Amino acid sequence: MRYSAFSIVKNALSGNLDWKPAWRQPEPKPFYDVIIVGGGGHGLATAYYLAKEFGLKNIAVLEKGYLGSGNVGRNTTIVRSNYMLPGNEPFYEFSMKLWEGLEQDLNYNAMLSQRGVINLYHNNSQRDAYIRRGNAMWMEGVAAELLDRAALKKMLPFLNFDHARFPILGGLLQKRGGTARHDAVAWGYARAADRLGVDLIQNCEVTGIRRENGAVTGVETSKGFIGCGKMGLAAAGNTSRVGQMADLKLPIESHVLQAFVTEGLKPVIDHVITYGAGHFYISQSDKGGLVFGGEIDGYNSYAQRGNLATVEHVMEEGVSMIPGLSRVRVLRSWGGVMDMSMDGSPIISHTPIGNLYLNGGWCYGGFKATPASGWCFAHLIAKDETHPVARFLRLDRFARGYAIDERGAGPQPNLH
Amino acid sequence: MASLIHCPHCGVRPSQEFSIRGDASVVRPAPEASDEAWHEYVHIRSNPHGRHREHWQHVAGCRRGLVVERDTFTHDVFSVTDGAAVAREGGR
Amino acid sequence: MTAYRLASGGVIDRSSTLSFKFDGRAMKGHPGDTLASALLANDQLLVGRSFKYHRPRGIVTAGPSEPNALVTIGEGAATDPNTKATVAELYAGLDARSQNRWPSLKHDIGALNGLLSPFLSAGFYYKTFMWPAAFWEKVYEPLIRRAAGLGRTVLEHDPHSYEKCWAHCDLLVVGAGPTGLMAALTAGRAGLRVILADEDFRLGGSLLAETTRIDHRPAMDFAEACLAELRALPHVTIMPRTTVFGWYDDNVFGAVERVQKHVVAPQAKLPVERLWRIVAKRALLATGAEERPLVFGGNDRPGVMMAGAMRTYANRFGVAAGRSVAIFTNGSAGYGTASDLAAHEIEVAAIIDSRDAPLDAAPAGVRVIPSASVIDTRGRQRVCGLVVERAGFEETIACDAIGMSGGWNPVIHLACQRGAKAVWSPELSTFLAPDLGSGLVVAGSAAGRYSLGGCLEDGAERAARIAADLGFSTASNPLPAVGEEVDPSFTALWYSPGAKAKAFVDFQNDVHVKDLGLALREGFGHVEHAKRYTTTGMATDQGKLSAINATGLLAGMQGISPADVGTTTFRPFYTPVAFGALAGTSRDEHAAPVRKSPLYGWAEKNGAAFVDSGLWYRPAFFARHGEKTWRDSTDREVVNVRQHVGLCDVSTLGKIEIFGPDAAEFLNRLYCNPFLKLPVGKARYGLMLREDGIAYDDGTTSRLSPQHFVMTTTTALAGGVMSHLEYCAQVVWPELKVRFCSSTDQWAQMAIAGPKSRLVLQALVEDDVSDAAFPFLSAAVVTLKGGLNARLFRISFSGELAYELAVPAGLGEAVADAIMEEGRGHGICAYGLEALNVLRIEKGHVTHAEFDGRVTPDDAGFGRMVSAQKTDFIGKRLSTRYGLTAADRMQMVGLKPVETDQHIRAGAHLLREGAKASTLNDQGYVSSACYSPTLGHDIALAFLKSGRERYGERVVVWDKLSGGDTVAEICHPVFVDPGNTRLKV
Repeated sequence: MRYSAFSIVKNALSGNLDWKPAWRQPEPKPFYDVIIVGGGGHGLATAYYLAKEFGLKNIAVLEKGYLGSGNVGRNTTIVRSNYMLPGNEPFYEFSMKLWEGLEQDLNYNAMLSQRGVINLYHNNSQRDAYIRRGNAMWMEGVAAELLDRAALKKMLPFLNFDHARFPILGGLLQKRGGTARHDAVAWGYARAADRLGVDLIQNCEVTGIRRENGAVTGVETSKGFIGCGKMGLAAAGNTSRVGQMADLKLPIESHVLQAFVTEGLKPVIDHVITYGAGHFYISQSDKGGLVFGGEIDGYNSYAQRGNLATVEHVMEEGVSMIPGLSRVRVLRSWGGVMDMSMDGSPIISHTPIGNLYLNGGWCYGGFKATPASGWCFAHLIAKDETHPVARFLRLDRFARGYAIDERGAGPQPNLH
Repeated sequence: MASLIHCPHCGVRPSQEFSIRGDASVVRPAPEASDEAWHEYVHIRSNPHGRHREHWQHVAGCRRGLVVERDTFTHDVFSVTDGAAVAREGGR
Repeated sequence: MTAYRLASGGVIDRSSTLSFKFDGRAMKGHPGDTLASALLANDQLLVGRSFKYHRPRGIVTAGPSEPNALVTIGEGAATDPNTKATVAELYAGLDARSQNRWPSLKHDIGALNGLLSPFLSAGFYYKTFMWPAAFWEKVYEPLIRRAAGLGRTVLEHDPHSYEKCWAHCDLLVVGAGPTGLMAALTAGRAGLRVILADEDFRLGGSLLAETTRIDHRPAMDFAEACLAELRALPHVTIMPRTTVFGWYDDNVFGAVERVQKHVVAPQAKLPVERLWRIVAKRALLATGAEERPLVFGGNDRPGVMMAGAMRTYANRFGVAAGRSVAIFTNGSAGYGTASDLAAHEIEVAAIIDSRDAPLDAAPAGVRVIPSASVIDTRGRQRVCGLVVERAGFEETIACDAIGMSGGWNPVIHLACQRGAKAVWSPELSTFLAPDLGSGLVVAGSAAGRYSLGGCLEDGAERAARIAADLGFSTASNPLPAVGEEVDPSFTALWYSPGAKAKAFVDFQNDVHVKDLGLALREGFGHVEHAKRYTTTGMATDQGKLSAINATGLLAGMQGISPADVGTTTFRPFYTPVAFGALAGTSRDEHAAPVRKSPLYGWAEKNGAAFVDSGLWYRPAFFARHGEKTWRDSTDREVVNVRQHVGLCDVSTLGKIEIFGPDAAEFLNRLYCNPFLKLPVGKARYGLMLREDGIAYDDGTTSRLSPQHFVMTTTTALAGGVMSHLEYCAQVVWPELKVRFCSSTDQWAQMAIAGPKSRLVLQALVEDDVSDAAFPFLSAAVVTLKGGLNARLFRISFSGELAYELAVPAGLGEAVADAIMEEGRGHGICAYGLEALNVLRIEKGHVTHAEFDGRVTPDDAGFGRMVSAQKTDFIGKRLSTRYGLTAADRMQMVGLKPVETDQHIRAGAHLLREGAKASTLNDQGYVSSACYSPTLGHDIALAFLKSGRERYGERVVVWDKLSGGDTVAEICHPVFVDPGNTRLKV
């Protein structure tokens, strides 16, 4: 059933009883040409593009929980392509362009809202770093603007201009950046993939990876053995756990990142704003909640929950940036498990194991990457060659000395 | 674990007083070790779900490096040991 | 048809009257009221509008699970939106406004949405608004955004203050109802350090609304007696108005105490809210149980209320919710409410019971309709009747309020915040907390023991067990005697069949039964999918009322057990917590500490303009009369240093004293260049790498004696380098005999630079500082005239003849003053960070603008410095990787504009002349740039692909962000005195 204003009216008149399931609930077949492990945003997008762009037919996505139950359902929904390094910027801009056509492509409203992402700077060296980044964006054809304090005051009068410990001097704006409704992204890809014949198999946990002659031939799951021609791993947060089943050595640690939402409020923050004197980012959802987050808790964790010290720190930074937040009440906090890589950048890559392809290490940049990640991973799996915009995101870049380190923090995951 | 740490030198202290460096199970290879060994020391992590050893430092206290052995899912702490003591025993 | 204040009863102070306003209307209440009870007493039942359909809504509960009665309280910058009237303590002068309505609560245009509701089914927005593509953001989204949200925040600077505290106890008791009071008493009597926290301003929980007698006296008197005894116990702390909102690792609980949220004008000396981190050896959850709403047609009309809330309003607050109340129940609790209402002489219109053969006793003369279902309600902004269906027959019953009682849900929120999954109890038809280990124990109604006697017993027993566990002995006290009780049993009813109007599951978010059906039909049957698709349980009450019914309905629709549907995840916060409380005092100017150099006072009196540098305030420049911009001052300072002499505060550089027989070996392994043979009395530039071969930090390190070195680090990484050294010494090379400590704060250090620096310095120092006696890179302890020992280093960041002098911090200002005094005749000036930066760029020296965490020593021109001889140092092995030694890496070069009046800005990128801007064509970037007063034009340091092979070439400095391109010539990065003749004189 195609979604449209017309379909809504038609169904409303029949009591909304005729809507069909957004996707089937298939039982696994014994063999698929491609199995994607992980029914989150990236896995679903990969399956969709494999079917749509690369013409593959026999595809399954295996999800241990429900579709979209990983980080695609627990992030701060930010979409942007304001990176500095050539290993990242073309990839994220490719993603941005896909976002811009996504809803029509999927026939699903993911509520992309290009409201503008503003990164604040508080001193001259930060300003210089943003100029370097803004120019890198322009090199890739991505518009960026440097805002001075006066311009910011006009746009964001509620920022702490009068009492800041670290004065706000200006900001870098990407107007095309913004937010998207996270769950809808997963559901939109799932529905579109399903319509192209992809089997989305929920409650199907991978418990083992069967290999013959060093190459993957299938997976053991809670629903039995399923054979495959190729296996794509897209289980960020748990990449190491699944990778271990194939003895894959990975430059990844799992860390918990908390995010928060406030009670619903009438529109008050119209952009995505990030703090430069700490790590804090905030936007307002279409429902009215302020959605925000800060830094990871800092320790390895697979628990989808964090601790109070980090909560307090995030709030401190929020109030430092926007003093008026002080009286806004925070409704809910949650934790997501992040694949933190050794350079803060993701991995879309071949692996040393035959038929096994890797998509992981998203740190906390995974959501915005969803479309490009899916496309490039599908490209890699289908053609066995790297997509040009993802050519730097190789697994062997660490051994070879080609880290993509936006923060310049070095091989310590909790610093990225 | 992430609220309080029992520092062997200072007692139970809030986690805000500590900084976390990372995996304590990797050991710096000998200078003559292979490229592969060095790459794995710097980049490859076992990232276990369950028992794990991490280097923490009591930066706002005794400033000692500590090895915290804990569970990465339940966050239960099994032991906190002085890092140098562990290193001298070769378990660094 | 009014709610009204009963003539007597309740724990309110009727002798005193509090005036307050609601939507501008003056009203009166009493101390002890909540805003909700006072509103009811004033017959203000309509209090808000729902989220999606803007339906008129009334007060539903008498506690923190309230979905409807959200109001905005306070004025100006002290406005609090979305405040629950049901927990807001009434005070004189309280000013509350209703929300989400326009132009008024009674006449709300948004209510038109209700007419469109068939088109606004769950998830409708995912299916439309896609055409034309541009319309979503321009038209649809702004409309949706405006319609969404509840209260309005002013987002102004909060005038109030907050603070944070730690508390420690043996036992934290959460909730001061019957269970909690007995637990606290039992533990307190045994000598445990007990904290008893309750969110209410009056403690006693359900006892305050209880008519059953305990020990032959009213339950609220019993509660008072317990509290009196607890107050007298020395180790017991009672914390009213304190919500325990989160359970974190190591049994640390987060709680927020509302210190002054119940006063019109908070005192400035106290915070309005206080965050407590409570470290509890054990905790006991005595949070009680929540009454379950019934899902029936028209169940959201103002006047439909939880039966237990009606009971609370009558018994605790002396307020009747209506004059003629109908009760819809599936268990005995509804009868209990009916009896209590009847005792207050409130008419009970009927008891409609979904069960077939209820055995409960109704009050005399009250009609009971068994096997019945409420299918609709009558009225517009207030209920005036309901429609009952029984055996196919419909009947309308007039009433002005409806109490609904659908059974009980234990409040297990905190218990399930750390990953534990709630367990379905078929006997109790509800979810219970699983066994959580010893840290947190659930007791009383929260554990499914609903009877009053059961609660008292459970609280006492479990507390006694905890006391014994912790090594305390408890005396056995007889349990209080409880009078005749209402049996708490019920028969689960997830949906009252035959609804003729919308039957709401989530009131605030307007989710009704059909939405859940639609979700299921579309494949969103997983409880998490259903929640996210329909938004049930996502409102400000986080599903406290709705979640269980949603689970029951989803189970029923699929013909499975609620156990198989499960719950969504419980997460902090139990109830919403203000940003301010969680931030505490860390805000505004106090967001981070301020570090001031020992020479801060000296700089201030010399006219410094300060700039943030990490936590430090450092002098940026020293403006003199007539200088209009920072550039004027900076240019003068640079020229002055190059021609005469200047004094600069460099105290903020990290300083680490390193001692021990292996100190030299230690340094030799830390730095990429050799340090083993550094002679005593010498300073050397040192470059530290990360283990991945990338430059980490640099500075000079001097050997003051064979076993004593002093290391300097950059300001930015002083702390990081210290930790790095500690890690290396303790963990990597514990065998080395080396000790070190930071002395950054112990020394005032100043750079005296310029051709006349020696003249100035010699006048102040006893020792000979001539080039022969104290050549370049000398380091020694010297004696200042007057006898003070100081450290002197002959090092130069400016490229001039220069010294750095370090004296004990407390004497820094006096010494700096003396230097300025001595230097006056030689034209000395104070110079700041800006001039320092220009001087070092002119000399091609690097800072963290160059060493940005991606640069190798070779990139920055230090390749030959890296020791090939040493067997090991941090970073040695990985620095040889292919990518770090590739020929096309960006290398540091100098740039000067071909047209010397053109400017270069840091952050610009580099392109070959004629090349199109693209990531592929990007040749590099400018890391530092300035106007060089020495050369009379802009200069820059830049990283350029294979740069060192390209001196003399031209390159386009591409700065799209500021709109200008400049053609520059690539040159050696040392612009001034490449032969080092000025520094070695």
